Amino acid sequence: MATGGQAIDALGQFELHPVFGPIGASVRFTQSNLMMLIGAALILGLLYFGMRAKAVVPGRLQAMAELCYDGIHGMCINQIGAEGKAFFPFIFTLFFFVLMGNLLGLLPFSFTYTSHIAVTFALAAMVIVIVTGVALRIHGLHFFSYFFPAGAPKLLAPLIVPVEIISYLSRPVSLSIRLFANMVAGHVMFEVFASFIVMMAGAGLIGGVAAIGPLAVNVILVGFELLVAVLQAYVFAILTCIYLHDAVHLH
Amino acid sequence: MDVAAAKALGAGIAVIALAGVGIGIGNIFSALVNSVARNPSARDQVFGLGILGFALTEAVALFALLIAFLILFT
Repeated sequence: MATGGQAIDALGQFELHPVFGPIGASVRFTQSNLMMLIGAALILGLLYFGMRAKAVVPGRLQAMAELCYDGIHGMCINQIGAEGKAFFPFIFTLFFFVLMGNLLGLLPFSFTYTSHIAVTFALAAMVIVIVTGVALRIHGLHFFSYFFPAGAPKLLAPLIVPVEIISYLSRPVSLSIRLFANMVAGHVMFEVFASFIVMMAGAGLIGGVAAIGPLAVNVILVGFELLVAVLQAYVFAILTCIYLHDAVHLH
Repeated sequence: MDVAAAKALGAGIAVIALAGVGIGIGNIFSALVNSVARNPSARDQVFGLGILGFALTEAVALFALLIAFLILFT
């Protein structure tokens, strides 16, 4: 947008700033880290205060906590199989860390920590290391037969094996870029339409009335981004489940 | 050619990929509507699959968008 008269600073919102004054600056504690702590605290708070009542007929908070637990538990069992129970804590943590990042980022003056490739790639790298570790532990060296599907013609091995290896190695890349690009694209759209409002409002009475257009678009976008936030967390978790299923069952 | 103009053109060309993504997402949801119409009781299972396919296809659009942003802003 460098060519426009009024520049739209769409990516400025993703800059990191230290919080908590000089103490935060000296340990490089940024608003991203702060939001991660808040997200983690919210989830722990939901589970702790939700389940403290231990009522047979759950109240609102308890019903929410049970719904979260049941939903992810069902997803693990359905996708991975009976072995999925062992991975439930991992998937649960991953899902809610990503979900909190996406949802907290929609609040004004907050920061979306999942909009940084460093964060999402760290998560995806962790997933892929764990998946490979699980596969090697369960199947040993037999795991490498994963790269050559049973029943394929031996003649095609030089073609299939590199393709399978590339597709295996591109998993963390696509997993991290999907989440990061979704969040960045959503927030850039907010910024661009918000800039339109300011530009139009600055252009006299007619412009001020017309500025209702981008404002309405932004309101709709918030609803859409809520959907995307939950959807991307769900996709991140379910793809992790699918990778774990491959690791446990080898195709 | 002016660098700014070349950047704008490049970003525009980069998002041509969205045509394919549009076709893909249309396909996914047409198949989803078809299957739910044929067997409404399978809705819960099919819906999850459809959303997964949608997210995977949408990722391609976002890769293209990312490239366009990289061209524009760096």
